Amino acid sequence: MSETATTTHGALAEAGVTHHGEHPSYQRHHFESVGQQFDATNFAMWLFLLTEVMFFGGLFTSYLIMRNWYYPAFVEGSHHLSIFWGTSNTAVLITSSFTLAMGVWCAQTGRKSGLVLCLWLTFFLGMVFLCIKGIEWHAEWVDQHVPGLHFTDADFINPALDPVTYNEYHDQPLSPDMATKTEMYFFLYFAMTGMHALHMVIGIAILGFMIWRAKAGAYTTGHFTFVENFGLYWHFVDIIWIFLYPLLYLISRHQ
Amino acid sequence: MSAATIVSLPDQSTARVPKMNFLTRENGLLSWLLTGDHKRIATLYLISITVFFFIGGALAGLIRLELLTPQSDLVAADTYNKLFTMHGVIMVFLFLVPSVPATIGNFVIPMMVGAKDLALPKINLLSWYLYVAAGIMMIYTMAAGGVDTGWTFTTPLSTHYVNTHVITTGLCIFIAGFSSIFTGLNFIVTIHKMRCPGMTWFRLPLFVWSNYAASILMVLGTPVLAITLVLIILERTVGIGVFDPAKGGDPLLFQHLFWFYSHPAVYIMILPGMGVISEVVSTFSRKRVFGYTAVAFSSVAIAVFGFFVWAHHMFIMGISNYAALVFSLLTMLVAVPSAIKIFNWAFTLYKGSITFETPMLYAFGFMGLFTIGGMTGVFLGATGTDIHLTETYFIVAHFHFVMVGGMLMAFLSGIHFWWPKWTGRMYPEKISQLAAVVTFIGFNLTFFPQFILGTLGMPRRYASYPPEFQVLNVFSTAGASVLGVGYLLPVLYLTWSLKYGAVAGNNPWQATGLEWQVQSPPLTENFPEIPIMDHEAYDYDWLEHHQQQEVASV
Amino acid sequence: MNHISPVLWQFLSKWLSNFPLFPPEASKIAPQMDALYFFMVLVSLVGLTIVILLVVSFSMLYHKQRHPHAVQIEGSTLLEATWTIIPLGLFLIMFVWGALLYFRIYTPPANAMNIYVVGKQWMWKAEHPGGQHEIDALHVPMGRPVQLTLISQDVFHSFSIPAFRVKREAIPGRYTTVWFEATKVGTYHLFCTQYCGTNHSQMIGDVVVMTPDDYKKWLASSTSGDSLAQNGERLFASLSCNACHNSGADARGPNLVGVYGSRLALSNGQTVTVDDAYLRQSILDPSQHVTQGYSPIMPTYQGQVSEEGVIALVEYIKNLNSDYRLQQTLNTTSFPPSIEGKPGPAGNAAAPGEVKQ
Repeated sequence: MSETATTTHGALAEAGVTHHGEHPSYQRHHFESVGQQFDATNFAMWLFLLTEVMFFGGLFTSYLIMRNWYYPAFVEGSHHLSIFWGTSNTAVLITSSFTLAMGVWCAQTGRKSGLVLCLWLTFFLGMVFLCIKGIEWHAEWVDQHVPGLHFTDADFINPALDPVTYNEYHDQPLSPDMATKTEMYFFLYFAMTGMHALHMVIGIAILGFMIWRAKAGAYTTGHFTFVENFGLYWHFVDIIWIFLYPLLYLISRHQ
Repeated sequence: MSAATIVSLPDQSTARVPKMNFLTRENGLLSWLLTGDHKRIATLYLISITVFFFIGGALAGLIRLELLTPQSDLVAADTYNKLFTMHGVIMVFLFLVPSVPATIGNFVIPMMVGAKDLALPKINLLSWYLYVAAGIMMIYTMAAGGVDTGWTFTTPLSTHYVNTHVITTGLCIFIAGFSSIFTGLNFIVTIHKMRCPGMTWFRLPLFVWSNYAASILMVLGTPVLAITLVLIILERTVGIGVFDPAKGGDPLLFQHLFWFYSHPAVYIMILPGMGVISEVVSTFSRKRVFGYTAVAFSSVAIAVFGFFVWAHHMFIMGISNYAALVFSLLTMLVAVPSAIKIFNWAFTLYKGSITFETPMLYAFGFMGLFTIGGMTGVFLGATGTDIHLTETYFIVAHFHFVMVGGMLMAFLSGIHFWWPKWTGRMYPEKISQLAAVVTFIGFNLTFFPQFILGTLGMPRRYASYPPEFQVLNVFSTAGASVLGVGYLLPVLYLTWSLKYGAVAGNNPWQATGLEWQVQSPPLTENFPEIPIMDHEAYDYDWLEHHQQQEVASV
Repeated sequence: MNHISPVLWQFLSKWLSNFPLFPPEASKIAPQMDALYFFMVLVSLVGLTIVILLVVSFSMLYHKQRHPHAVQIEGSTLLEATWTIIPLGLFLIMFVWGALLYFRIYTPPANAMNIYVVGKQWMWKAEHPGGQHEIDALHVPMGRPVQLTLISQDVFHSFSIPAFRVKREAIPGRYTTVWFEATKVGTYHLFCTQYCGTNHSQMIGDVVVMTPDDYKKWLASSTSGDSLAQNGERLFASLSCNACHNSGADARGPNLVGVYGSRLALSNGQTVTVDDAYLRQSILDPSQHVTQGYSPIMPTYQGQVSEEGVIALVEYIKNLNSDYRLQQTLNTTSFPPSIEGKPGPAGNAAAPGEVKQ
């Protein structure tokens, strides 16, 4: 058996694979090389994002079906969202993706203080996003557009009751049975933005953890896989928003 | 008798189970609860799954006891409804879905690809913890009064018409679903990125192919179930009618979303079992699986086609006739790869050298029972006959044939096949063969009458039934008691074998496959050095040569 | 069968008929479905026999003691093709045959007599057009196509008559239909086969097939009130539908005389055929079903009228081919002031000035 053992060993050494005991401390023992470890974890993150696509997909499907059935209600429902805040949020989130990408570059090039700064900026922007979301949701609560808990369709039956929206869109009154379907619109609105916000909260929590570890230099000594993979996650959450924003806010602007 | 078996054990007078192995490497509860070793996690899963199997089985026993008489006299109708619901939820989500992948798959796949562990050991451990959390929630739900919606949670019944623990059960399944997703994710990454040098895709054992296909289904399908459960929970709490027609929603939307996962789920459940059968049939006929490429591709074909047939659960629900046509056609297409596998396994026997150890007996049972179960699936896939047969005991019989006669037999086959590798011990052969035969007989007696009951029109989920159905129900219950014995026996003798079984040695079955070339039980790191794969899968010539070399070099 | 002793044959047939393997064939489609079923059983038996034969014979021929050295065979494309194409061919035959049956069962003939069935927890209510109501029972004449229009008042139920080989889900929110033609007098099981809660297994009943004469007698004896259409007419007036749906020149809603079965242009540009489902939806969800040329002012009656009420209204409109009686009711009814110029009891006031365009 010793012959085959030597052959094995030699061939592996030729392949550039490190021998046990000679690998960087952050290489887990079941991986043969740092490259394999990075490859595997990166692929795993992409796969996980694929599951997230399927997860959100169910909500998007429901939204598209309901919008097709209750078109007038969905149009007028979307008129009650604030384009200003929605666009701001989009800008905030895209910027946060940029700052995170900068953070990944800092990690890759060993710039510890740059990384910490970028992570803080991303954290901050993420919090801004959530605050704006809170403002929007509060506005919906005040307008009594929270399905099941605090909802009225009065300003869909008589749009003049909400002067801000009415001045911008001059909506026609909806008949009562169509007006009740606006509750469905808002339910999907809260479900989709809520699920998105939940993912943001998780992301921000992980960012907090990463800032703490980055300060200790964990990501600037050559092992920045965590930052890269988190970057994937954050960009994905951003992309979900990039789909939500047009589908919820922009889609019926000119109707 | 030595010519009638391929078992080859080391000399029992001197053989010992290796002192240093994954079970003995570290001691203490924390070393198990915080382990990253895929083999330990597999062991943890095996214990938890067995517990839930017997809980689900006890529920089945109660169901069959109630059905001995036409009246609802053993338990109240509400209780009966809870019994079959909990039986379904536990058996599907807490037993069948994780059974082969989380136990045998976790244990064996890294070794089969020549790796030291799965790609993400911490995610693997997390997966087990999620499973346990789901299991504890399920036990809580049962203790708190259970749920009675049927495992299919049909809306609006589950959202607006029952006041049982739908939300807790929904959360439990949600968590179990993530357990499943993480297992599948781990497998896909491992199989893609951690194959040892020389291990090309077509040198992988077919068990790996089957689990790979099942993992794709787990990863892509389960999230849809997750969001469906979220919507149900929201609907119950907030009261929105996304599935309630009175509020503008559509109950059929729930059906589409639910079955979009739950149909691939049945392939998640069966594909790993088929992988086991490939390994077992090959080993006990000393032959490469006939048509390796066909079997490998048929696994992937089942996974792909499996995503496009979900509405065959909805043929009578008011979908358009043309939609029914499309889904029926696709269902016929998905049936073909399974047929291909059965014939390939049968022809693996051709010109082989066959022995009938316990895993092989279970494999034969699988082949017969899965053929029946699969064919009856075609009865249901044809829209015309589905009208008469759907929602009756025909369906119950069909899915028990494929899941119990198929998957559970495959699971037992795999447990018996890899038991020596897992524990270093052999189980007593005679009693295990007896248990296999008892299971087979009990199974047929339990479920074959149900095909007839279904054709006669007896609906499923009935606590009481017209008296003319009683004779067949009595047969079925009698069979269930035999089946129960058949399932209890392995628990007893396998536990016994841990202490008193014969020492197995590295390769008691003379199998190919990298896991059989290392000690039993394996070391924590599986291989001292990563092997190089220089031969094809199921290469018995290589094995013979390898064994001769061993003899020669000692 | 002449060579089987008559005694033995009697015994066998008695035994078989007392231990049936399939339900009685009591409808026209039943033998057709059984034919496909038995074809499938045959194919399954043959397939199973082939698999068992292969496994058993190979096990015996190549048992280790008999055949100690395995011969490694990679595969055979020919065999793969064979056992791919033959099963596929058989499955496709079953697909086509099954599809034909399916279309036959779910496409009622035009001359079918219609019976409405409402499922609710935990009973079936059958409503004959003549006003006869049955609970957990269905009387039908032999030899006539009968269409069932099903709906549920709460959860999913499924109306199943095994002897007729028909089954259809009763769904809340929309009508589903199935039809059959009974061929044998007798009483057969009726089951609910979609789990619907506590008393799901009590939601069973009897389908009684009668000769046409007996059926006429039963119809005459079991009606105690008005027909469905008459009930519908009464509802139509009491819900003030006639306030808008009349043939007056300034009527706010389209005239419903003869509308059933016609092609209607909707305000969103679509053209629909007015059937039961359309009528029901336009009562419960009117804003999506506005006839071209009319404003969307009709209120919804969701929650104000039960499914039986809707059925009565639908049946009334279906049979409405003259405006005479409707005009009579208009002349004798005075409307409460709340009706004038407003959408109706269900919603808030519409903006004034909303009239027919």
